[in-house]
Amino acid sequence: MLGVGLLVLGLAAAAALTLTAFRKNLMNFYTPSDLVARQVPPQETMRIGGLVLRDSLKRGDGLRVEFTLADCTQSLPVRYEGILPDLFREGQGIVATGSLTADRVFIASEILAKHDENYVPPQLADSLKTAGGHSCEPFKPVTKG
Amino acid sequence: MSAELGHFALILALAISAVQVLSGLWRGNSKMTALATTAAQAQFGLMLAAFVLLGICFVQYDFSVAYVAANSHTDTPLIYRMTAIWGAHEGSMLLWVLMLSGWTFAVSVFNRRLPPEMVAQVLAVLGVVTAGFLLFMLLTSNPFDRLFPVPAEGRDLNPLLQDPGMIIHPPMLYMGYVGFSVAFAFAIAALLSGRLDAQWVRWTRPWTTAAWAFLTLGITLGSWWAYHELGWGGWWFWDPVENASFMPWLVGTALIHSLAVTEKRDALKAWTVLLAILAFALSLLGTFLVRSGVLVSVHAFASDPERGVFILGFLALVIGGSLSLFAWRASRLMSATEMQLVSREGLLLFNNVFLLVAASAVLLGTLYPLALDAFNLGKISVGPPYFNAVFVPLAAPLTLLVGFAAAMPWKRGSGEILRRLRSPAAFALVAGAALPLFYSHYSFAAALGAMLAFWTMSAATQEIIQRTRAGGLPSIPRSLWGMSLAHFGLGLFTLGITIVSCYAAERDERLAPGASAQLGGYEFTLQKVESVSGPNYSADRAHVAVERSSRSFTLRPEKRLYASQNSVMTEAAVDHNLLRDVYVALGEPFDNGDWSLRLYYRPMMRLVWLGGLLAFLGGLIATADRRYRKST
Repeated sequence: MLGVGLLVLGLAAAAALTLTAFRKNLMNFYTPSDLVARQVPPQETMRIGGLVLRDSLKRGDGLRVEFTLADCTQSLPVRYEGILPDLFREGQGIVATGSLTADRVFIASEILAKHDENYVPPQLADSLKTAGGHSCEPFKPVTKG
Repeated sequence: MSAELGHFALILALAISAVQVLSGLWRGNSKMTALATTAAQAQFGLMLAAFVLLGICFVQYDFSVAYVAANSHTDTPLIYRMTAIWGAHEGSMLLWVLMLSGWTFAVSVFNRRLPPEMVAQVLAVLGVVTAGFLLFMLLTSNPFDRLFPVPAEGRDLNPLLQDPGMIIHPPMLYMGYVGFSVAFAFAIAALLSGRLDAQWVRWTRPWTTAAWAFLTLGITLGSWWAYHELGWGGWWFWDPVENASFMPWLVGTALIHSLAVTEKRDALKAWTVLLAILAFALSLLGTFLVRSGVLVSVHAFASDPERGVFILGFLALVIGGSLSLFAWRASRLMSATEMQLVSREGLLLFNNVFLLVAASAVLLGTLYPLALDAFNLGKISVGPPYFNAVFVPLAAPLTLLVGFAAAMPWKRGSGEILRRLRSPAAFALVAGAALPLFYSHYSFAAALGAMLAFWTMSAATQEIIQRTRAGGLPSIPRSLWGMSLAHFGLGLFTLGITIVSCYAAERDERLAPGASAQLGGYEFTLQKVESVSGPNYSADRAHVAVERSSRSFTLRPEKRLYASQNSVMTEAAVDHNLLRDVYVALGEPFDNGDWSLRLYYRPMMRLVWLGGLLAFLGGLIATADRRYRKST
């Protein structure tokens, strides 16, 4: 009887623990247009996906970089300090984890890019409404290599 | 020619699997039973032939085969052309089915103790799974499809996979994954026949333990590969593809423990059968997740909705069918054995609950984002913080239990074991409390983790010492050696994770040639960066001198460009011993000649994989226990 009681208690604790952790650690995924369209509370950790605007990459002191992330209609400045992934290139799709500041600059803590020069994050491909590739200005044409 | 033969072998294998199923289900006719055995063995021969034929296509640069053209290049070294066989979707399915037919073959050979009726049923169930996967390959993912016009040059294997870790990781992982199909088939046979006694468990246990051991090794190798090949020094990312192999591992671990209870105490029968079904169901789910392209992940190289729908349908059929069978027949397996909380079986029940809760939490975190996305309810991701927050509080008490459970007698425990465990416990408390003193600062989390780890290791050692005193070394059965070794491995693993999570240091640095940076007491100096070339890539190679208290060595990380795929790869350089890893990865060049570098100091990193390796060896040793080869 004691065993069953302990077990039930343990399971309840585990369930509570799991659900709390779950709620605290969900990250929403947005595109630059989403961020303009809706009010995202600053400091919320989220992921954003978009294309790196051509000629927007600026390097600062040390490992500081700044670039513009855009989709077909909106854009957003992103700041990051660290090493960019191997396949980070201008004109290419990336996903960044981080949060927005009050003046709508995205501070990234992590940047992900895929090992394929034609890669577009699937979430982004959906929002661009193009099958597999990205064809909208200002990213056209996407030159290979 | 090889491609046509290979394709033909697959078709023939499909036809033979149908024979295997029908003859296996035919009751009460010994000729039919013998036919099922022959079919299973022919099946394995055909799959082996198909596999070798695909290998021949790679060796001969046969770019008229679409799969070969997509995954090799005339410059690809021979070893990577061989491993390209399982480097992408079609070939890895071929490996999957080869493993399945290999396990089936093993069952058809090592079964002298089993009643023929049982063998036939087990082979029939395995035949159904084989047929499903063969049909899947032939309809949606045939590795032997031709490509016209024939390209002059292939596209090369994904550079991420051109690594020694990748040679052996997928075969071991699949061996484990697929191996749970045997436990599954035994469970279904038990449901069909209503026979589940200690004898049944003795047949099932070695198969399950062997599958579990290979899965353990596969996951360990995968972690090691990710650590040095994905470039950025992580060893576990809670990536959905990792979770896909981790969930069957958790349930499989629960299964090998509940099988022990069923064998010794004739209890938890229906639960054991359910776990066997779940472990295999999760293996299938893992295959679906990885192979359907539903995940956004470095592992999901294939994406094709047709494939996803097929596997999902097959998944629904197998899991739905077996759970329905379970619901219908499980009541026959109920047993009325009384259970004491303070007994080995009582503690093992706790082990099962913890493992199942952990598996459910991982399942939730893995599937929830996919489900939301599928129903267009938004796009979210669940990051590592969730998994860590849930997993650590579940794993810690589980690790604490291990030492007690292994020492506790069956049926009813007594205070006597507490006295026996006094010295391991005292050792663990002192050693655990002392260990953080050797590091840069005292961390209580590290002390607690180290206490748990030392406790598990010393309790496992104590068990062996105790038995040696009682009856001498030769009296110790292999199953006890295996268990103690695996538990010792768990302790090492815990120690590794604890120290590396508490004391690892990392830093991104921008260095000019000749400049230095400090980390973890080491001084890193970028001496020079030179250009080198490999068989199918060109690279920048840095020379980084690492120095600490007059001991020094040089690390040479590379940045490789694989021209045929136009992709850049980071090849990290690691200097390691049991106490620490020093890891340098090369970032990007700057216009003024500077380079960015990522530096890591990771104490006790190796113990994480060494622990996994010991668990694998423990599993193998336990599989070889004499008890399983006796007929009574």
